Amino acid sequence: MSTLGKKVSRIRSKNAGPFWITIDIFCGSIDVYKDICLNLHNQKVADLLKVKGQDLKRFEIEKLNVIKFSFPRKIPQGHVLDRDMHGAQMAVLLSEMDF
Amino acid sequence: MICSKVLVPSGVLGLGFDIEALKNGLNRKPDIISIDGGSTDSGPYSLGSGTSKYSRSAIKSEWKILMKAREEAKIPLLIGSSGTCGTDEMVDWMEDITIELAEEMGQSIKITKLYCEQNKEFIKTSFKKQKISSLDPSPKLDADIIHDMSHIVALAGAEQIQECIKTGADIILAGRTTDTAIISALPLMKGADPGGSWHGAKIAECGALCSNNPTSGVVLVEFDKSGFTVEAMASNASCTPESVAAHMLYENADPFILYEPGGYMDVTNANYRLEKNGKVRVDGANWLKSGTYNVKLEGAKITGYQTSLLVLLRDQNYVENAKTWVSKLSNFLKKQIKEKMELDTPLYSLEFRLIGVNGTLGELETKVSEPTEVGVLCIITSKKTSISNEIAKLINPFLLHYPLTDNEELPTFAFPYSPVHSDRGCVYEFVLNHTLELNHPMEAFRIKISEV
Repeated sequence: MSTLGKKVSRIRSKNAGPFWITIDIFCGSIDVYKDICLNLHNQKVADLLKVKGQDLKRFEIEKLNVIKFSFPRKIPQGHVLDRDMHGAQMAVLLSEMDF
Repeated sequence: MICSKVLVPSGVLGLGFDIEALKNGLNRKPDIISIDGGSTDSGPYSLGSGTSKYSRSAIKSEWKILMKAREEAKIPLLIGSSGTCGTDEMVDWMEDITIELAEEMGQSIKITKLYCEQNKEFIKTSFKKQKISSLDPSPKLDADIIHDMSHIVALAGAEQIQECIKTGADIILAGRTTDTAIISALPLMKGADPGGSWHGAKIAECGALCSNNPTSGVVLVEFDKSGFTVEAMASNASCTPESVAAHMLYENADPFILYEPGGYMDVTNANYRLEKNGKVRVDGANWLKSGTYNVKLEGAKITGYQTSLLVLLRDQNYVENAKTWVSKLSNFLKKQIKEKMELDTPLYSLEFRLIGVNGTLGELETKVSEPTEVGVLCIITSKKTSISNEIAKLINPFLLHYPLTDNEELPTFAFPYSPVHSDRGCVYEFVLNHTLELNHPMEAFRIKISEV
C-alpha cells in the first residue's frame, strides 16, 4: 500500500494561533484531489491525530486542489507539555499514512 | 483608479529582505511602507517576559534601511507588533532604536506610538461586565488568572492605526496589532473596497510568502475601489494566482474567513487572475461589519521555572529498552525526590522525552524503528528556580548510572556537557483566547507623539 504523501504533491502543517493547528494537503491535480476528497475519511484523520471527530474541521478547496484540516490543540502552543511549538512536524503523520 | 499603494518589505522585521527588491518597490512610488514586528508564532515567552524574539542588532540594521528609504521617499513608515509581543515596553524599545538611528543618520522625525497593553483592573472590570467573550477553544478565565498574567495586550485594528496615520507621523511604532491592520488601514482610509483592503492585507502580511520566492521579502499591493493587485518586487520572484490564493491557507484555521476588529472578511467568492507584468489581480472578497467592536486579547502568565538535563543512550540494550528504562527511572526518582526533598508530585513536574523514539510527536508517533542512539531529555518544572535546580542535581547521578536490572554491572551513559543541567529560567503559558468589546476603538489604546 502507498502512502498519502506519495500520492499528493505536498502536505504541510502549522500552528494557526496558539490554540489551533492546521494541515494543508496540496493534491497537485484535480484527479488526485477528487480521489482524496472521496477516500480520505475524517474519522481516519481524527484517529491519527487523536482528536475528537467533531473537533476536526475539513475544508475542500477545489480551486487550489487542496484539502485542509484544522483542529484545536490539546496542549496550547509553548505549554510545558508541548513538543512541537509550530506543529509543523505533524504533517508527517498524514504523509506517512497508508492510502 | 488606485486608492493607495502599500509597500511591504518583509513578513517581519528581523527576517531580512532583498535590498534590490526594496529599491524596485520604492521606484513604484508607494504611499506607505508597512512591516510587521511580531506575532505569537514563537510561543508564550516573548509576551510573558515582554521581550523581543529577534536580536536588537538585527532589528536595528533592517530598521536603518527602512528609515533611509522613508527619508528618501517622504512617506510614512509603519511597524506593528513592535518587539515581537507588542507590549508598551517594546514600543519604547523600538523608539529607542529609532531615536538612536535618527541621530546617527541626522534625521528629524515625528514619531507616533500606539500603546496596546491592557491594565489588569480594566480587564477585570470588563470581565465582570461580561465585555470579554471566549473564543473556541476556551481557556478558563477568572479574576485570579487575570491577576497572574504578566502582560495582556489587545490587538489593534485598522481604526487605531488610522488614528496614528492622521497625526501626520513620519514613523509609526505600534504595539500589538493584527498582522493585516498595518496594511489595510491606509487603503480603507482612502476609500478602497473594504473586502479588497482586508484581503490584500492578508495576502501581503507575510511579504513575499505569497510569491514563488518567499525569502525575497518585498511585495507591493495596489488597492482600488473593487479589489487589489499584488506583485513581488524582486527580479527573481513572481506571484501567481495559485501562490496568492494559497496564502489564505497559511496559518489560518479557516481559509475563507478572517476575523478582525469590527467585523470579518469572507473570501469565498474571491477571484484571482494573472495580469500582465507578473501582477495578480484579486477581487470578490466581502467585508461584513459586526454589531459590536471587539478586539482580540492575548495574555501570558508564568507557569513555573524550568531546568533541563540531557543524557544520551548508545548502548544497544538501553536503546532497545529506552521506554522501560525511563519508566522505571521515573518511578525511582519520584520516590527519591519525596524521600530526600519531601516534595510531592503536584509541586513539580518531571518529564522525559525520548529523542530518536518519539520526541517530536509523543503519543501520536506511528513509526517504530530501531534508532542508533536515544537522547533522553529530562524537563523539570516547579514554582522556584532553586527547587528545579535542586531536583536536577538530585537526579543527576541516577541519569548517569541507573541500571535496567538489579543484577548487572553499573552502567554509565553519556552526558554531552558540563554542567549537565541547564537552568531555563521562567517559562510562560498563553492563557487568553478571548475578545474584548469596546465602546469605541480607542477605548483600550493610547497614542503618544514625540519629535526628534
